[in-house]
Amino acid sequence: MSVDFDCVTVDNLSRNFGRRRALNRVNLTCRAGEIVGLLGPNGAGKSTLLAILSTLLTPSSGEVRYGSVTAIASGAALRGSLGLLGHDLYLYPELTARENLEFFTRLYGCPDVSAVVDAALGRAMLRERADDLVSGFSRGMRQRLALERALLHQPRLLLLDEPFTGLDDASGQALVARLRGLRDDGRIVLVATHDLDLAEGLLDRVAILRDGRLWMAESSSASLRERYRDAVAVARA
Amino acid sequence: MTQFLRVAWIVMRKDLTVEVRSREILYTTVFFAASCVLVFAFALVREGRPMEDAAAGILWIAIAFAGTLALGRTFERERQTETLRALMLAPSDRPAIYVGKLLGILLLLGVVELVLVPMVALLFNAPFGASLGWLIALLAGGTLGFVSVGTLFAAMLVRARSRDVLLPVLLYPITIPIIIAGVRGTVALLQAVPDEPMARFWAALLVFFDVVFVTLALWTFEPLMTE
Repeated sequence: MSVDFDCVTVDNLSRNFGRRRALNRVNLTCRAGEIVGLLGPNGAGKSTLLAILSTLLTPSSGEVRYGSVTAIASGAALRGSLGLLGHDLYLYPELTARENLEFFTRLYGCPDVSAVVDAALGRAMLRERADDLVSGFSRGMRQRLALERALLHQPRLLLLDEPFTGLDDASGQALVARLRGLRDDGRIVLVATHDLDLAEGLLDRVAILRDGRLWMAESSSASLRERYRDAVAVARA
Repeated sequence: MTQFLRVAWIVMRKDLTVEVRSREILYTTVFFAASCVLVFAFALVREGRPMEDAAAGILWIAIAFAGTLALGRTFERERQTETLRALMLAPSDRPAIYVGKLLGILLLLGVVELVLVPMVALLFNAPFGASLGWLIALLAGGTLGFVSVGTLFAAMLVRARSRDVLLPVLLYPITIPIIIAGVRGTVALLQAVPDEPMARFWAALLVFFDVVFVTLALWTFEPLMTE
């Protein structure tokens, strides 16, 4: 039970928290087969935008269209096409890596639970630690497990909030390769990150958020770092 | 419907697995409820003779307090790991998540009541065994009503800064009719000759409350949980 789509359109989206406007008339389109970077200083509205795209948060005005449908119109079916890796990893520390993945695989209604879980454990490089409690894992191991948790149901739209946090170089490179694989597989990947070193080589397009406004959205290039610094500098001025 | 019940079952099983592994909520609630009964027993039992109808009141007060503790801790666990968000992202009806959490807390309180009832019977000389069937009906109805409202409020308050204060403040005024019905029904059973027609009346009233509260909770859970 899921809705398929080949683009996500953010149309004039605003979100207020009391008097504070976290997002201000944001417009953005992400297409299947691309990795879009969402950059911006702390408090720029990146996590709010990801929360709205994941249907956890409702916009104050404007809308998000997933292909031709909206979150309100498709509800549970749409959530079957969304995967979210938040800054918090959404894992149960009292359960083992395998139990966590089995729980979410069943919750998402995936067939052949044990095959899906074994494959996910392999991709997370956690086969040897599969039956250890997650509470004993390092941040990097949890991060890898959480990414596979978000991908268990093969979502069309993958939303990642600071996915490189806690990863060593090898795991970071493995994540880059994994995200490229997902892009080549026709997924839509939206990455909120501060890690420009990794972002520069990975992103097809970038959107920079500043004070809730979309500052620019264009093809990723070698001058990304310079432009990002300009945006942050302007925001702080 | 099958999908709804499947998701509820998965969530309940996960909660029980986590609880069996940590035993945090079970131990806390059982010790708290037992301490509560013990303190009241010292205050209200003189020379082996308890104050009239005290047993019913103490039993339900202990259930309400233990239930509040269990509700708070269950959702605190989800808050610490932000896993409630992951549950909300599941491609299923969100009320199924509510039902799963509700069933988990019900089972937990059922275990607490298994300890509480004999303890109250012993310390307050309460002849619960005379109408055990009706007592079970009253406890089941009362616990379901209390937990149905409590699960909704605890989930709703999971992001509130003052959630520990707000939960009892919101929960008790609304569940007072349930607790009163439970107490009056239990008092009827503790008479020299158990007043079963009266117990039946209060049990029926509890069923009515349960239907109303569960229906309202299922109806409002999704909009309340969407931020």
